[in-house]
Amino acid sequence: MEQDGQGAGQGIPDCFPDLNLDQIIDTITAGWEEYDLKPAFYAPLTSVEAVQYRQHCFRDLLENPGLLQHVRSFTESMRAMRSHLAISEKRYYKRQKQAAFLDAIETYCSATLKLSDGLLSVGPASRGFQALRDFLLKYSASEGFTVLRRETEKVRADLADVHYTLHIHQGSVTVNRRDSEDDYSEDVLQTFEKFRQAEPRSHRLKVPLSMEMNHIEAQILDLVAELHAEAFMHLDEYCDSYRNYCDDRICRFDREVQFYIAYLEQMEPLTKAGLSFCFPTLSSHSKEIQALDTYDLALANQLIRARKDVVQNSFYLKGPERIFVVSGPNQGGKTTFARTYGQIHYLAALGCPVPGMAAKLFLFDRIFTHFEKEEDIQNLRGKLEDELVRIHEILGKATSSSILIMNESFLSTTMNDALFLNRQVMKRVAALDMLCVTVTFLDELATINEKTVSMVSMVYPEDPQRRTFKVIRRPADGLAYATAIAEKYHLTYDSVRTRIDARQSEVSRS
Amino acid sequence: MKVFLMFRDRDFSLEEAAPANAQDLIQDLELNTLFQAMAGGDSYLFEVARVAVMASLKEHEAILYRQEILSDCLEFQEIVKELYTLSVDSIERENKIWGWFSLSSPDSLLHRSVEALGLFVGSLERLRKLADEQGTKMRSEGFRRFFGMISQELDDDYLQAVKNHLERLNFPNGILMNADLGPDFRGKNYILRRMDVRKLKWFEQVQEWVGQIKHKDGAGFTFDVDPRDEAGFRALEALRTEGIANVAVALAQSSDHILSFFKALRLELGFYMGCLNLREKLVAKQEPLCIPTPLLEKDEMLQCREIYDVCLSLNTATRVVGNDIAGENKALVVITGANRGGKSTFLRSLGLAQLMMQCGMFVAARDYQANICRGVFTHFKREEDVGMKSGKLDEELSRMSAIVERITSHSVLLLNESFASTNEREGSEIARQIVRALMEKKVKIVYVTHMFDLADGFYRQLKKCALFLRAERLADGTRTYRLIEGAPEPTSYGEDLFWRIFKGESENLQVQVSDEWATARRLSGTHT
Repeated sequence: MEQDGQGAGQGIPDCFPDLNLDQIIDTITAGWEEYDLKPAFYAPLTSVEAVQYRQHCFRDLLENPGLLQHVRSFTESMRAMRSHLAISEKRYYKRQKQAAFLDAIETYCSATLKLSDGLLSVGPASRGFQALRDFLLKYSASEGFTVLRRETEKVRADLADVHYTLHIHQGSVTVNRRDSEDDYSEDVLQTFEKFRQAEPRSHRLKVPLSMEMNHIEAQILDLVAELHAEAFMHLDEYCDSYRNYCDDRICRFDREVQFYIAYLEQMEPLTKAGLSFCFPTLSSHSKEIQALDTYDLALANQLIRARKDVVQNSFYLKGPERIFVVSGPNQGGKTTFARTYGQIHYLAALGCPVPGMAAKLFLFDRIFTHFEKEEDIQNLRGKLEDELVRIHEILGKATSSSILIMNESFLSTTMNDALFLNRQVMKRVAALDMLCVTVTFLDELATINEKTVSMVSMVYPEDPQRRTFKVIRRPADGLAYATAIAEKYHLTYDSVRTRIDARQSEVSRS
Repeated sequence: MKVFLMFRDRDFSLEEAAPANAQDLIQDLELNTLFQAMAGGDSYLFEVARVAVMASLKEHEAILYRQEILSDCLEFQEIVKELYTLSVDSIERENKIWGWFSLSSPDSLLHRSVEALGLFVGSLERLRKLADEQGTKMRSEGFRRFFGMISQELDDDYLQAVKNHLERLNFPNGILMNADLGPDFRGKNYILRRMDVRKLKWFEQVQEWVGQIKHKDGAGFTFDVDPRDEAGFRALEALRTEGIANVAVALAQSSDHILSFFKALRLELGFYMGCLNLREKLVAKQEPLCIPTPLLEKDEMLQCREIYDVCLSLNTATRVVGNDIAGENKALVVITGANRGGKSTFLRSLGLAQLMMQCGMFVAARDYQANICRGVFTHFKREEDVGMKSGKLDEELSRMSAIVERITSHSVLLLNESFASTNEREGSEIARQIVRALMEKKVKIVYVTHMFDLADGFYRQLKKCALFLRAERLADGTRTYRLIEGAPEPTSYGEDLFWRIFKGESENLQVQVSDEWATARRLSGTHT
């Protein structure tokens, strides 16, 4: 079973919305709400060993289809079991509750046995699943579980043997042991069959079907139970003594393994579309990171749904390099690159496979993001001040093991100010020796010192309005393509005039 | 009988067309704060306020018509509130009848409609009394017409005729209905007949119906409907209800007509109630208000004293700073200066004032005089979209393109740091082209920008037809949040702010400026 790296229970990490990790985790956990998986995704691991433990479990499930299938069918049965329990909970009358409860235990017993047998036959390779297999072997052979199975079968067989008759007269209903199997309706039909002329009119009453037993039925059932006291007493005892039939470790496994299954399931459409996932090598000291053909998972989820291509990027740092300065034309994938960088680190720290062909990543202590925020009338601080206060807070908390991702910081001021402020911040980031990505229009930041690496978003040389969305390691070239984009939106001086004229003459014609 | 308190010649409705950019306006001008203040916690009034404010009036006459009625409302608050309460009460009490009956075992549809009508008669009598006793005090054309209509249409003869109907509909002799037998042997097509048949007949039908049930279950089980068995009784009730359905429908329609009159009254008065709610809040803070002077489209004018952002004021405990503007024949207003100096606030206050004036409301200013605009447009800087489909400049341009697609001459366009998402040189160039083209097409533009290059260019070329305002900053660096007339200045104040916030930073972060930084400064020399 899973070794839990650290107590989940923190809330959503601050970096989630900026990195679109919230969307990613929403996609992963959609349909798994009953397991409350999100807290597990909010708790990145802090040791390389814990990450490896999970990676091995993932690898086992990925590489051993039989294992995955057994686990899946087990969790489906557990789901069915819980729905029996929920029905039992919901029912009003005691006997109906008992019926659903019996269903639940039957489901539990067979699911546990099947999983135990299944794990034995497929032979897991990871420490996690091997431990589970050993536990299940012991548990299913234990005295407690064997008795539970035997009792369940006996109760079920006894109840299947109960038969009775009902007699209701002047508002009185009589219930009896059954002493004959004849069918009076057949007699009646036979007797009056000779009068039959055409198809008889339907006498259906529109009675809404209720799942819930009504008071009459309930009274009848109580009488039946009195007639078959032994079977029902046994049922009562059984329900009492097995109220807590479910083993805690099995329930916990059922919940924790969903973390893996949910993650693997969201990978499926992506790998089918030709995208790769890999198990990254993590280090908590080397900052010589590297990723090959990685991509923004949130964006990829959207794009493959629309059957569009997903742009992949690669990056590396060596020697003293720490800071990616991403510049270049707008809408060129700069912000996406920054998010990708944050996402891949975060997902790696969860012990999950990450987007890309191969990756060597840094096990951070915290990820900070500094993205532009919309102005908020409730917050009476000016926007620039707000940004400065936020970066000041971040720099106060960050350590040399932190990652900082900045997106277009300090834009609500003049260019000179923006340069000054960004330089001041870069200076402090460099002093902390932390990893950082900054997306900016200020090419100047790319050449600040030996820690910075320039990354540039690319266009097609033959058509500057078309972006490749590739972000490539090379010197900042100072080219921006704003005017070209204005043309694309018909917002040059001439276009604006022409558009308004055209519409006003249209209006006056009509 | 028409209410006509919002338009001289037509009904107001919650379906009034909002401009295509309504969502942008609501977001950029924080209009929901205004609507909330007008609503005073009432979600219905919120909706009315939203629709009325968004559906700007374009006609001078139409604005004056509402302003007159509003003046009556401000002067005779009590009468207006009573009238509104009357409409709300009538609607709510009618609602409660239905809620009450649908929860219990229904007696009959007919009974409900009679009940509703009975209730409305009371309301109509109160309305008539109000018209007779108070209506004559009103001065506006709208209210005089309304109360005159009430006195005339709801005269004594009419009210008596309604009461007579209600009496007959109590069926003192019971009901009689025809029915066909359906394919499942259940009755159908029940039709209520005239009242000259006794209750006995009705009972006989019920007996027959019970008999059918017996026959159906004839395999041996006896079936009695126990008078204490509520479920059984519910079945009987359903049958009777079905029987009188057609009469109930006719009656329900009649009562619906009356209901719709009270709803129209509630709707149109709802706008004025919103105005009263808002006034109460602002007066409590001693913020100034005025009935604005709208000018014709062609008379380009923007003149005001102590204009303030009403939404900001509603969110602040103290009074907010107001601004005075003298902008006669100014096609362009450019606002520059210190961050956090009240620029965006001022921009919003202009948009809000224009929208408030053009729905016939008062304006948040000591006085306000402006030409009517064909449309108010906003282009404010936004956070990057979560859809991730476009970059920031793209997003800005695509919103601007949507504006150009709709804007017409005599509109006003409020720009808040537009095109600052690219670098200053390019942002200025894009903005210059758009602003120039729009000005030529007679669009009034108010532009908050920190792009010195852009503002300075306007100043040099358009000094005559443009107004330049600057966020005031005293010698000691204090911001007054007030705007003063003045040419754009080439600096902003980010640096002070930085040192103020970072003054407490820990020792280990106090890094000395190294050679690398000197290099960086040299590289950026072209921009400094």
